[in-house]
Amino acid sequence: MTRYAKPKTLDEALALLSEGSWRILAGATDFYPALGNRPLQYDVIDINGIDALRGIVESDSHFVIGARTSWAEVDKTPLPPAFEALKQAAREVGSIQIQNVASVAGNICNASPAADGVPALMILDAEVELRSRHELRILPLGEFIVGNRQTRLREDELVTALRIPKASVAGRSAFVKLGARRYLVISIAMAAARVVLDGQGRIASAAISVGSCSAVAQRLYPLEASLAGQGPEAIEASVQAAGLDELSPIDDVRGSAGYRRSAAREIVARAILLATHGSQKRAAA
Amino acid sequence: MKSDRAPINFTVNGALMSVTAAPMRRLSSVLRDDLRLTGTKVGCDAGDCGACTVLMDGEPVCACLLPMASVEGTSIRTVEGLGNGSLSALQASFLAHGAAQCGICTPALLVTASALLERIAQPSEQQVQDALGGVLCRCTGYRKIVEAVMGAWRWNDDSAAPHPPAGSLSPPAGGREMVATLTLPSPRLWGEGKGDGQFALPPSGAAVGNSPVRLDGIPKVTGAELFGGDSFPAVALSVLVVRSPHHRASFSFGDLGAYIADNAGVAAVFTARDIPGINSFGVIPPFADQPALAEGETRFRGEAVALVACEGWVARDLDMAAFPVTWRELPAMLEPPGAQAEGAALVHANRPDNLLVRGLVERGEPENALAQAACVVSGSMQTSYVEHAYIEPEAGYAFLDDDTLTIVACTQAPHMDRDDTARILGLAPDKVRIMPTATGGGFGSKIDISLQPLIGLVALKTGRAAALAYTRQESMASTTKRHPASMRATIGTDADGMISGMVFDGTFNTGAYASFGPTVANRVPVHASGPYATPNYRAVARAIHTNGPVSGAFRGFGVPQATLMQETLYDELADTLGIDRLQFRLKNALRNGSETVTGQRLEAGVGIGECLEVLASRWTRALSEADAFNATNSTTKRGVGIASCWYGCGNTSLPNPSTIKLGISPDGKVVLHQGAVDIGQGSNTVIAQIAADALGLPLGDFVLKGADTSITPDAGKTSASRQTYVSGKAAEKAARALRDTVLRYANVSNEASLQLLQGGFLVVHEGGERRRIDLTKLEADKDGLVFAAEESYDPPTAPLDAKGQGKPYAVYGYGAQIAELEVDLALGTVRLVKITAAHDVGKAINPLLAEGQIEGGIAQGIGMALMEEYIPGRTENLHDYLIPTIGDVPPIETILVEVPDPEGPFGAKGLGEHVLIPTAPAILNAIRHATGVAMTRVPATPSRVLSAIQEARR
Repeated sequence: MTRYAKPKTLDEALALLSEGSWRILAGATDFYPALGNRPLQYDVIDINGIDALRGIVESDSHFVIGARTSWAEVDKTPLPPAFEALKQAAREVGSIQIQNVASVAGNICNASPAADGVPALMILDAEVELRSRHELRILPLGEFIVGNRQTRLREDELVTALRIPKASVAGRSAFVKLGARRYLVISIAMAAARVVLDGQGRIASAAISVGSCSAVAQRLYPLEASLAGQGPEAIEASVQAAGLDELSPIDDVRGSAGYRRSAAREIVARAILLATHGSQKRAAA
Repeated sequence: MKSDRAPINFTVNGALMSVTAAPMRRLSSVLRDDLRLTGTKVGCDAGDCGACTVLMDGEPVCACLLPMASVEGTSIRTVEGLGNGSLSALQASFLAHGAAQCGICTPALLVTASALLERIAQPSEQQVQDALGGVLCRCTGYRKIVEAVMGAWRWNDDSAAPHPPAGSLSPPAGGREMVATLTLPSPRLWGEGKGDGQFALPPSGAAVGNSPVRLDGIPKVTGAELFGGDSFPAVALSVLVVRSPHHRASFSFGDLGAYIADNAGVAAVFTARDIPGINSFGVIPPFADQPALAEGETRFRGEAVALVACEGWVARDLDMAAFPVTWRELPAMLEPPGAQAEGAALVHANRPDNLLVRGLVERGEPENALAQAACVVSGSMQTSYVEHAYIEPEAGYAFLDDDTLTIVACTQAPHMDRDDTARILGLAPDKVRIMPTATGGGFGSKIDISLQPLIGLVALKTGRAAALAYTRQESMASTTKRHPASMRATIGTDADGMISGMVFDGTFNTGAYASFGPTVANRVPVHASGPYATPNYRAVARAIHTNGPVSGAFRGFGVPQATLMQETLYDELADTLGIDRLQFRLKNALRNGSETVTGQRLEAGVGIGECLEVLASRWTRALSEADAFNATNSTTKRGVGIASCWYGCGNTSLPNPSTIKLGISPDGKVVLHQGAVDIGQGSNTVIAQIAADALGLPLGDFVLKGADTSITPDAGKTSASRQTYVSGKAAEKAARALRDTVLRYANVSNEASLQLLQGGFLVVHEGGERRRIDLTKLEADKDGLVFAAEESYDPPTAPLDAKGQGKPYAVYGYGAQIAELEVDLALGTVRLVKITAAHDVGKAINPLLAEGQIEGGIAQGIGMALMEEYIPGRTENLHDYLIPTIGDVPPIETILVEVPDPEGPFGAKGLGEHVLIPTAPAILNAIRHATGVAMTRVPATPSRVLSAIQEARR
């Protein structure tokens, strides 16, 4: 028989995690598809009883997104314009049925290269808060996810929150998703961009991330650097000139590697332009 | 805190529940299996289709992804809780708009849309699409769903509304009695009044051409409809199927006896050795080649080799990976070039060169004509495996009723199921009874048997009821697909732009077994000319075996593929000649008196010209709008495309009869044995409408009995766009015969009118005379009918000779569609703007249902054109295999053209497959118009479109 536990407190959960190998259950929207029609063969710790892990709060230094916060809650919570890309991504995670239960932490722990939430969190410099019975660790999101379906989560740890440094909650952002149909679709490629303008309307700083074009979504630091200090009219030329060496797309049923490379450049430009000039109605390309 | 199997408390539709269930059980399973609330459907168990959507504390969630532990303390609302004893405004609106076809996705759409309407009473189209984007529908094309949700508020202020109005086709009670009963309100004038009156049925003589709501519509919107997986007996054994993980493999079993002994709850294991009859089936008996359980070697991934029959309580926890089978993977050929290579292994030893069937139609001197043509174009086209992707995976149960094996399952072809199952199980056909449930979509794949012999074998061998619902993966891997085609063609015209000759050569990957491969190989050459006069012609189509999935029937039997080839070349011809693309088609269109490529002279009823003519003004409008758009846009370009179709209704030169029986019962009802299986397309309603007007009694007097093989004559398979025409014609004949019988009994002329009264009286009026017949005093026959008639109809066709010349079909239907779209030149994405469809249906028996067929066919054409590609082993789910969502189908303008056919009932022609055929070529032609790039492979995914655009720029 497999074990099932539904702790009510974080301490209780961490105590259990310290004494065995568990599968952590939150929104379950990746859990059941991975299980398929096979019987359950591992122990499950269900964190849905821990109320403290839910919701978005503002501390002196951070916006803190509780691990269990659903994508629908992200979309509904009033947040500064820098979060617009994250909200747009929230509306593209699976369907409304998925967004109502799927958690932010689940999206990053599942670590799919096509996770819709990751690029939008990356441009906010999101940090992952990891707790075990004995330790609190904070890792940048880009270091937490290390590969396709691979993270640095230890067996005795729980992701308890995503933390957005307030310094990164500046400017406006946008998200562009490219899929082969309108709804409920795995991204062929996606881009998120956050742009901070200075008093003269020039780009003071930019944060750009691309998903589905490498095992882990990538920040495009060289492009970000090349945009700093430029006027908006330089955006397209800068994107065209960028090497995009961070990306290592593959061929799969959704598109060829070459296509992803071309399309990524295009949606990066669109995301930056949208973040610079204003919001968009729909996030899908 | 540890807990296991503690009672979980929650409310369902307002009622408090306390359920003892494992915390990780899925809510969908508890609702369906424990609470018997089967309105919540399971389509994929993965959140990909949304069919299991329920409201949890008012918000839509997938019940298949919700552990019972998370349900504690919540309020769950299912489709059963929407109506509160009558129909909700939204349910009434769904019914009135024809928004439910097969009905399998309807409960999920209703609950999801209810949550939207509680927030926004009058949502915009965009809001409806955003809200419903997570629920897939394969039948309707979504347009009527959008209309129904947007218009639901109209039903709100009517306090009288929505009693259960029209009728209901009841499912089997307890799996025993499958008498389908239609209860109807007293007749009212169609369209009068509000509320209840909206569902009133047309009066006597006005059924045909009207659009009463579907007679089986109520249970589809209440969730009461029972599909294949909705009525399993609690005591039934669960059947699990062991399937090949390889495209080709040999296999051997370990100690099956020990496996049974070691696994508590496993009752039995069956393999090919246990099959008592002939372990070989197929929809075309001379080609039957597919084993129900493979013997020694599997020929495709997903082929069944063994059955595990176990108690229901163990089925969820049985690890099939532990089943004692050893596989040895063998070299496999997945594409025809490999299968046709010199020395290639044979998939079937008796089929040299892996050739199943070669179809040929030849007329005139095609090479000469092309050599002398003023304008010649050539090209190639490749298509992919397309999955039917009905939202209901195959499901059913079997039990022994004395010595009769009874199978209650979804199907398109009950009599074929009966005969094939009987053959495999070594039973006489009359010892197998097929009781069809509602079928949650079919589109061709549920013609072939799937689980029938498997559950039948278990029931026969164990003496117990045996139930099986395929998983999505199992359904996709093991059932038939649309044939992938690789085609080449050359077409030439004279200097005036008249087609002078065409040659076509197509290779169709027919997969591991025959199924409908011969039909595709024979139907394609007949149709590859399109509905155009083509005096010199040769078309060859080969069905080639591979180790791919079995290719079978899918809406159009190869004609959609061939039409992609022909219609895209027609655009090139028109452009080369400098003739408007619509006018070029009109110039060459078949007319009354034309001869087809098989030498068949079409005397009357040829409506392709009318379809193209009615589109001409829309075409001009669309072209000028595209020009205006393109003048001011550079990244995105607008394109307009057109394509036509023709399609012969019924079997190709083969007998194809339907028999319809109906009569009058002593209590004054018309009992119609409606054997034309309704898989959502509407035959329950359309056949009854035809019978009503032919008989001269109102639709409201009708009671329907379903296609149970033991009570209802064979109305053939639901296939080949034949039910409205062939079964409709049989219904018309039977109804006229019944009318004659009654008139003779009353000794009146055909001028008389009939009326049924409550209490069992038939009143015959003629002139001023009125005769009242007390039906209760008459002797009833074995069916309980006091007057009865049964008639058959078989389309008058003639065999094709060695060159494919002859009269393959008695009736053809025609159509043409315009696609307007935008291509993003930087991303290769295609956004559809509008589809305009003109279809010659002869006579629209039920215009609303005809529109529903057109919109649904277009959605499938969109999928084929832009996104659908089944790859065995890779896209066996509904997130890697993409079908259109509600956001992918643009506004559709439907124009029903009525050029009566002298043969069809009331002039009607078939429609079901025609509607899909022009969509994909119209889309490719529009992409070419927008970009200058001719796509030669579908689906035209963003990746392929951009690559073609970049290639052209080089």
